[in-house]
Amino acid sequence: MKHVIYRNLTSKILRFGFIILLTFSTSLLAQDGDPKNGKSLFNANCASCHKLDKKMTGPALRNVEARLAEDEGLDRAWIASWIKNSAAMIAAGDPYAVKIWDEYKPTAMTAFPQLSDQDISDILAYTAEPKPEPIVVDGPDTSDQSGGGDSASNKLILAALALLFGLLAMALVLVNNTLKRFAKEKGIDIPEEEKRTPIWKAFVQNQFLVLVTSIVLLLASGYFVYGYLMQVGVDQGYEPVQPIHYSHRIHAGDNKIDCKYCHSSARVSKHSGIPSLNVCMNCHKSIGEVAPETLAEGKEYGVDYNAEIQKLYKAVGWDEATQKYTGETSPVKWIRIHNLPDFAYFNHSQHVSVAGIECQTCHGPVEEMEIMYQYSPLTMGWCINCHRETNVKVKDNEYYTKIHEQLSKKYGVEQLTAAQMGGLECGKCHY
Amino acid sequence: MSSNKKYWKSVEELNENSSIVETLRQNEFVEEIPTDEFLGDKETLEASSTTRRDFLKYVGFSTAAASLAACEGPVVKSIPYVVQPKEIVPGVANYYATTIADGYDFASVLVKTREGRPIKIENNKLAKTNANANARVHASILGLYDSLRVKSPMKGDAEISWDAFISETKDVLSKVGDKEIVLLTQTFASPSTSKLVAEFSGNYTNVRHVVYDAISESAALDAFQAKYGKRALANYDFSKAMTIVSVGADFLGDWQGGGFDEAYAAKRIPDHGKMSRHIQFESNMSLSGANADKRVALTPSQQKQALAKLHSLVVGGSVSVDLPEAINTAVQNAATELKKAGSNGVVVTGIQDVNAQTVALEINEALSSKAFDTKNVILTRQGNDKAVAQLVADMKAGTVGALVMCGVNPMYTLPNSADFAEGLKNTTSIAFSMKQDETATQCNYIAAAPHSLESWGDFEMKAGHYSLMQPTIRPLFDTKQFQDVLLAWSDNTTTYNDYIKTNWRDSILNGASFNNALHDGAFVAEASVEEESSDTADAGETPNGDAARALAASAKSNGMELALYAKTGMGDGQQANNPWLQEFPDPISRATWDNYLTISKSDADGLGLENWNVANGGLNGSLADVTVNGVTINNIPVLIQPGQAKGSVGLSFGYGRTAGVKEEMQTGVNAYALYQGFDTIQQVAISKASGEHEFACVQLHNTLMGRGDIIKETTLEIFNTKDKHYWNAIPEVSLNHIETPVTSPDVDLWDSFDRSIGHHFNLSIDLNACTGCGACVIACHTENNVPVVGKSEMRRSRDMHWLRIDRYYSSEDSFDQDIDKKENISGLGSSLSEFGEMENPADNPQVVFQPVMCQHCNHAPCETVCPVAATSHGRQGQNHMAYNRCVGTRYCANNCPYKVRRFNWFLYNENDEFDYFMNDDLGRMVLNPDVTVRSRGVMEKCTMCIQKTQKTILDAKRDGREIEDGEFQTACSAACGSGAMVFGDVNDKESKVAKLKEDDRMYHLLEYVGTKPNVFYHTKIRNTKEA
Repeated sequence: MKHVIYRNLTSKILRFGFIILLTFSTSLLAQDGDPKNGKSLFNANCASCHKLDKKMTGPALRNVEARLAEDEGLDRAWIASWIKNSAAMIAAGDPYAVKIWDEYKPTAMTAFPQLSDQDISDILAYTAEPKPEPIVVDGPDTSDQSGGGDSASNKLILAALALLFGLLAMALVLVNNTLKRFAKEKGIDIPEEEKRTPIWKAFVQNQFLVLVTSIVLLLASGYFVYGYLMQVGVDQGYEPVQPIHYSHRIHAGDNKIDCKYCHSSARVSKHSGIPSLNVCMNCHKSIGEVAPETLAEGKEYGVDYNAEIQKLYKAVGWDEATQKYTGETSPVKWIRIHNLPDFAYFNHSQHVSVAGIECQTCHGPVEEMEIMYQYSPLTMGWCINCHRETNVKVKDNEYYTKIHEQLSKKYGVEQLTAAQMGGLECGKCHY
Repeated sequence: MSSNKKYWKSVEELNENSSIVETLRQNEFVEEIPTDEFLGDKETLEASSTTRRDFLKYVGFSTAAASLAACEGPVVKSIPYVVQPKEIVPGVANYYATTIADGYDFASVLVKTREGRPIKIENNKLAKTNANANARVHASILGLYDSLRVKSPMKGDAEISWDAFISETKDVLSKVGDKEIVLLTQTFASPSTSKLVAEFSGNYTNVRHVVYDAISESAALDAFQAKYGKRALANYDFSKAMTIVSVGADFLGDWQGGGFDEAYAAKRIPDHGKMSRHIQFESNMSLSGANADKRVALTPSQQKQALAKLHSLVVGGSVSVDLPEAINTAVQNAATELKKAGSNGVVVTGIQDVNAQTVALEINEALSSKAFDTKNVILTRQGNDKAVAQLVADMKAGTVGALVMCGVNPMYTLPNSADFAEGLKNTTSIAFSMKQDETATQCNYIAAAPHSLESWGDFEMKAGHYSLMQPTIRPLFDTKQFQDVLLAWSDNTTTYNDYIKTNWRDSILNGASFNNALHDGAFVAEASVEEESSDTADAGETPNGDAARALAASAKSNGMELALYAKTGMGDGQQANNPWLQEFPDPISRATWDNYLTISKSDADGLGLENWNVANGGLNGSLADVTVNGVTINNIPVLIQPGQAKGSVGLSFGYGRTAGVKEEMQTGVNAYALYQGFDTIQQVAISKASGEHEFACVQLHNTLMGRGDIIKETTLEIFNTKDKHYWNAIPEVSLNHIETPVTSPDVDLWDSFDRSIGHHFNLSIDLNACTGCGACVIACHTENNVPVVGKSEMRRSRDMHWLRIDRYYSSEDSFDQDIDKKENISGLGSSLSEFGEMENPADNPQVVFQPVMCQHCNHAPCETVCPVAATSHGRQGQNHMAYNRCVGTRYCANNCPYKVRRFNWFLYNENDEFDYFMNDDLGRMVLNPDVTVRSRGVMEKCTMCIQKTQKTILDAKRDGREIEDGEFQTACSAACGSGAMVFGDVNDKESKVAKLKEDDRMYHLLEYVGTKPNVFYHTKIRNTKEA
């Protein structure tokens, strides 16, 4: 299955590339701008307020030059002067400039005097590119596709192996039978095996063995029962279905957003905090849809990322069409993954800000997690272990200067562990 | 050989033909046991297809299923904000400066909020006036989360909308015709409200504003007004007084609004061999009397004569008084001391009599007392008794068209509430109230009022000393404050918030920033500071002594006298539904959940009234019927109070509430019924009633039995002249027949840990500065999620207070004499009789307060006996308690010499049996999220607020800085306004607590047991020398 998908994909990419190449060459002929440079300029300067095919803070810009020329009779010079200083044009009372201002006010367009005419031509060339053919994505597929190709191929290999072993076994039986037949024909008498006491009877009769076995069995079962009981209440690997399919892989992994951008209170508070929806909207105000490639990736996880973003918009009350908040909000009820019991006090800022510990130390490879799960057992033994092994980060922290000097002399060590600093005392976490 | 002996099982077997014997051969019992009767309906049982085995199977299966299901963790939801307010970070507390003002208590406070909900009230160190919250103010935060609050405006019993309320009431107000509109309110002491009321009066004709204080200071106001022309109360700064004479004024309690303790305590700590001298003349044992160097017990009428006499001796003039010899001498001595002290002396009185108050003012003028201040006058009491009495008469006469009440509950607090009820029928009544209390339930409209923590407001507690109130939470219910409704009635569209801002900019701030004032919570107008320096003594003529003569003449008594008073916990009773305050042990009597008639031992004996302890230790008392001027209250519990003046009894206000209060909290009797003519002094007739009362008193032994090692005390003279070893000796034990101090390592069983590195927390408690006010008890309660257990559990000594304030009486006239008596006991006969005598406190004993919490022993006896190591010692000096490890053997509590460990006998949260604040979602909002709520079966105790010390350390680590002295605080040390409790790190040699530890007065509680506590006390010094 995997191969099939990729074959499709490659062909699509090929076709897509071909189209781009085609438009590229045509536009090169039509205008003297460089759409490639235009794209990077567009992304750097314009994309925070404009999209090609969608109204955002500012109007959609696909074919803006052609449209203006046709509808309003405005040329590139007008566009250039608008880009360089729109406010002046509005103030001067240019009729179309005023019309645009009325439509989009109060946000005025930033002036870009630093853009050269060539830059503007490049950007316009980029906007004049035809809309790329959307990559067809089927709705989220719940069949074994979502399991990914790996398991499918594993199954195949296993099936082949089973078949091979089956054939081998059959061959053995056949060979045995044939040999027996040969022996019979040749008149060789195969000696009958002596009747021996069955092995289980022998085992039962040997009391020593029984004793040893039962001890071993008891110990083993004790071990497993203990193991079972010790994991009661330990939710390592807990991966609940969340109301919004939020992918840490995309945000922290692909986009390399710092953990503490969203979980900002981890720096100062005991809670790391689930970001409020206004934090999401800092970016998602302008990211209403994911890139086609990402959308295709989502298919592997059986999720339509665009639909998930819509869930966010619904929760925060964002109307994409008008680019305004409706005021109707419905808070997202996330399922809490890391649950410490009430009698244990844990403070994020102590570990994140003071000790400078990476989030991944406790939370695992979050940047690879499509869905967040509990990586660590969060048991007391696990905490204590780390406190025994981790050195206190005393450098450049005036608080520690005196105590570190005295304690390290007392213990005769260079570096103090959290445990030596008093991090094993009961009352430090239980109050 | 087998025996043929036959054993008879009963005599019946001798009877050969007994049917019983025959039956017993067949059956186990003679008669059929009526199992079906007690197991249930026989027919249903037979008809049921469920056999016993099936039943057991089901039980077994469901138990197994339940335990399996319990292994699965519950799904916990986390719901973030949609738009997170900038100032809120989950897990980090925000503090807001505001004011608590309910008409009785006024205090500038800091409110700690977590995730937008207020959880604790703390002292506002930036405010200069009333900055130290008392126990009631600390507890008032629970009033915000009271489940019985009025949740929306009401018309009769039906809820209506605010729009309907305002339009209907406006209609009523505009149609009163020639009748009057009366605003009957608490004391607001608010400049903006006064302005608003004036504007409202301009908009409607015939408006009258009557201010009503439930416990009135009207006499003092009248006296001050007559003399100085302003209706206010003189201010007293006791830190400027070296000789204080109080005649019936409990100025460490609620006298004239309270808030004098910080200044008082400042001069009680010996400094260069000097401390103030305090002489108290009073009838009830009050906090002030308990702290006095010399206390004279005398009846209220004798107080009047004593004050008149004092006036004649200090100011001049002559009065004829008839006082017993001892009291007469005491008054003369006091007068001598006052004259000697001159401007360092001050006289205060709590007698509700214009003449008495005038006399006190005259004496202070004559002394030109530095502590006496007529410029920065107190404005927190403005009630006018005559106006209230007039109003009740007018209401009965039917001349009041509409009555608007705010912050008052006259149906409960008026002695003539029946007249008031009658008057209510003649008028349309609107009550602004947080509760459906006694008055609100009888009104036509109830306007749901917000709590202080949900409102805007401004106050002028002392002239020129302003403070602001701001909301710390969005209103929990559909409430509107009185001032906002006044604005709506006046067709003014501004909000009260804007109104205050405008008013402050126009007339108060004088160019200063409003936001700064709001941040600080308080603002002192510069003009008043300047005035302070100007000379106050400008009273022209010398008083002629008329007031003193009138006072002496009015002091007549025939029989018993009743002195009504306000208890430290309950005040005027508006917080009766607050379980913290109900369970707060009274500092003097140590009784909880009650008010009672306090009576002297000899009067009790004369009337046949008794107190006795029953088998479980609980205190029981007789009941009495009390009659004042034809009004009788039956079955008042009687508590024999050492120090109560013979011929007088005391009864506290604030109890006996019947409406708007949970059933558990409807305790005690309503003393307001006896508050006739708003006079706290009444002639009474007392007779014994049948029956007995069960008290919930937390201290069962009242004397120290001469044990000077629990409370060390000495006199100022000895302190100044003798060596430390004389008055604060370290106990010694014999080592190889050599007396060795217990602090020596040679006599120590234990190896000491090295505590010289890092922090080492110590708590210092100065017994001289501690007034026993109990603010720390409530602050600890709030900070540490301490549960309320209720009266019956308190009676069983299962109180949960982590911090208690022990109160001891001397058995002789002073504690020194107790010690002498104990030392001189010899022989069996003497010890039997004299130890017995020492259990009884003296008639007028010395009193001492001692706050006791976990002493955090370095050699803790509790730690060694815990079988599961649930309690252990930290390097920073704190004795830790891991609740989740505790299995509840209670060995630790048994081995604790200080008896400070508390056991959770029950589950106190979410349990209908304990229907206090932890049983409803609203009440639980006050819980501190940083402290575990303990479950049943675990031991708990003071943690030295480890959550606070840890927070301070973490903040410093995060900022990368050293910790300054004063940053470390516990809830109790932060709440202590008198400076008696100081907390800090003794390894920081420059810290205040380290210096206090080196002080000569320092000692440890029960030092001889060698526990090496981290809490230490300072020897109490009494200034006993008469001038």
